[in-house]
Amino acid sequence: MTGLPASQDPARLRRLLRAKDRIDAASHEDWPVARLAEVSHVSEAHFARSFKEAFGLPPHRYLLTRRIERATALLRETELSITDIAFQTGWRSLGTFGRIFRDITGESPGALRTRARAAATSLASVPACIVSAAHRPDLRTAVLEKRRRAADGTNGTPSTKEVP
Amino acid sequence: MSQGVQVAGVYVRDQDEALAFYVDKLGFGVHTDVRNGDFRWLTVQYPDQPLFQLGLFVPGPPVHDPATAQALNALLAKGAMPSLVLEVDDCRAAFERMRAKGVEFTQAPVSRYGTVDAGFRDPSGNGWKMIQARG
Repeated sequence: MTGLPASQDPARLRRLLRAKDRIDAASHEDWPVARLAEVSHVSEAHFARSFKEAFGLPPHRYLLTRRIERATALLRETELSITDIAFQTGWRSLGTFGRIFRDITGESPGALRTRARAAATSLASVPACIVSAAHRPDLRTAVLEKRRRAADGTNGTPSTKEVP
Repeated sequence: MSQGVQVAGVYVRDQDEALAFYVDKLGFGVHTDVRNGDFRWLTVQYPDQPLFQLGLFVPGPPVHDPATAQALNALLAKGAMPSLVLEVDDCRAAFERMRAKGVEFTQAPVSRYGTVDAGFRDPSGNGWKMIQARG
């Protein structure tokens, strides 16, 4: 490709994509510039700038973003402890994980998990027939209870045996 | 008479290279390969899917001016083209077979959502998900 700036050379961009794919495939691993530059056959001196020109953010930040994305999924979908998630997603320090997680998502890992679980237990995710079946006995008991209390004029604790 | 999508195309950087990849490594067959000057209409077809052709097209004249072709080639090389999905009977077996032929996998097979999926790229940078059909 003659006359093209290096940043637009498709062959070089294709090799940079390979480095991005490798981060995606193993974001829990360490990705120093030397390792990424080797994947891309780009000099270490030029790699970070070339990556940013191609994908809009520097490789280190791209890696952090992918790690946080994966940690978020694990917080939502698994019962793993936050410590386990931090180490599984590539951090060596729980403190660093928590700080960067908050920087990127705006909330702590624990807060995100609590919010995700509250959303998951909403009845919206339960099949409609199960929801209605679960509600039915309570409703009937309450109605019968109200009738019984009204009929005998007491506020005493009813015996369940009286329920037909 | 049947109605529906007949051809959908992907851009590739080199049609000979793409043809070798899709036919020799993925198991497609050539459906149409005709030339008119610099223009080459090339489509391949999966043996089990006779009503659909995958076009392998190169950005460039007479369809694109040089600047547009360059922009498309850069986007293609950056993996910015739309996702593609290949359905297979056995994802792990297909992975082993294709990897032995030198296909560049971006993700080894993973069991999730009740099936198995893997990811690979064609030489140009098009990203494919390979998903096992649900039994």
